[in-house]
Amino acid sequence: MMESVISLKNLKKSFDNREILKGIDLEIKKNEVVSVIGSSGSGKSTMLRCINLLEDVTSGDICFYGKSVTGGDIDINDYRSKIVMVFQQFNLFNNMTVLDNCVRPQTVVLKRSKEEAKANALKYLKKVGMAEYINARPAQLSGGMKQRVAIARALSMNPEVILFDEPTSALDPEMVGEVLDVMRSLAGEGLTMIVVTHEMAFARDVSDRVIFIDEGVICEEGNPKEFFASPKTERAKAFLSRFLQ
Amino acid sequence: MEFFQNVLDILTKYYPYLLEGLGYTMLIALTGTILGLLIGLITGIVKTVPLSKRGGVRFLQKLINFIISCYVEIFRGTPMMVQSMVIFWGYAFMNGGETLPLIPAGIFIVSINTGAYMTEIVRGGIISVDKGQFEGAYSVGMTHTQAMTNVIIPQVMRNILPSVSNEFVINIKDTSVLNVIGVMELYFMANKIQMMTWNIFETYLIICVIYFIMTFSVTRILRVVEKKLAGSDSYTICGSQSDPDAEIHVKKEEKVFG
Repeated sequence: MMESVISLKNLKKSFDNREILKGIDLEIKKNEVVSVIGSSGSGKSTMLRCINLLEDVTSGDICFYGKSVTGGDIDINDYRSKIVMVFQQFNLFNNMTVLDNCVRPQTVVLKRSKEEAKANALKYLKKVGMAEYINARPAQLSGGMKQRVAIARALSMNPEVILFDEPTSALDPEMVGEVLDVMRSLAGEGLTMIVVTHEMAFARDVSDRVIFIDEGVICEEGNPKEFFASPKTERAKAFLSRFLQ
Repeated sequence: MEFFQNVLDILTKYYPYLLEGLGYTMLIALTGTILGLLIGLITGIVKTVPLSKRGGVRFLQKLINFIISCYVEIFRGTPMMVQSMVIFWGYAFMNGGETLPLIPAGIFIVSINTGAYMTEIVRGGIISVDKGQFEGAYSVGMTHTQAMTNVIIPQVMRNILPSVSNEFVINIKDTSVLNVIGVMELYFMANKIQMMTWNIFETYLIICVIYFIMTFSVTRILRVVEKKLAGSDSYTICGSQSDPDAEIHVKKEEKVFG
């Protein structure tokens, strides 16, 4: 049995009096690609934001290699640099060029030298096909390009896990493909990924496991082929039928 | 024409007074604005630090924020002319009649007055930066301080520059109130000339024109700085499929993507 990289234990999250996550238990293994699907408002993005500690956890626990990250006895920033996030709205640094976006987090957080950080950044910018645009600023790029830079920024931190929060939801349809292609190739290389997505084809074809979240609980999980071919729960069936029509 | 003769007389006879006044006005307004901006940056940044979860630190933060709010409200809510008198004579009262040197006193008054306004300008500048910029920085492991210095403050500086220019222009004009404590700025000098010549209208008309030239040129210069800070409109694409060493310049107006 392989060790879990991230494990969620009865994770609960409320905003004011509204309970969004009602007790999530989840284990993420090394090199695993997990897709998280579910309707809007089901709590899947909140779960991801909790893992990155962008949201305070109301109760329950999140562990990174078995160590709790919610208790305050770990260095939050060190933890975050190992489980970086890719956002729906890209969140590239607007005051920096494409290259600086990938270099600065390395020099500031990981204390890498400028040369090392630049070489590393270029390697990943090349991988996502954005090496030509190192001098451009985020405002000068299309959505798909921005998201590919954001992925390169995440990769250049050499993290343990990348959390993808609906990475293609803010993109024009013709740009979704270029971003999914990059993610597909990353999955093939054994990167640990948690992907919150509405791209059913990606979830079915690329991921090792699918998690279906409904109303703040994991309603069903399993092998993607089986899940999409014959969902067991009524709610999953209803959700999928809306997508497949 | 008597009017033109009077204007010419004032300019030729009293120009050293006018130049000295102009110099002090610019000195006080410029240093006052810069120091005020520094005060505003410190107080504005402190005010936007997220509240700590630890009770003791949280209380201290709230106390500091309360003190900053008091400072802002008091200095925004009272006239600078009155502040000048209170500070200048308050110092003398507490030091047995010994007064502050005039120019430093003037700079001090303008600085803390401007600092109160700048606090709110900087705070507004910080909260107007998209929340995603903070989250992007936090998500790769930056601390609040690292996020501020690398990502947020550079964007804030660019965004608040128009308001800072505005404060500078206001300060050039408002240093005139410092004449109540005897600072030898332009208005004070005009008052002196006017008493010697009794050409009241001509004297004040001249400094009116001088004030306008100062503020107008300052706004033009700062407009150029703003454009510089906004960054270049163009960028270079390094290499293409057919030629790896190609350099293609792309201008914003020619933006071809999305």
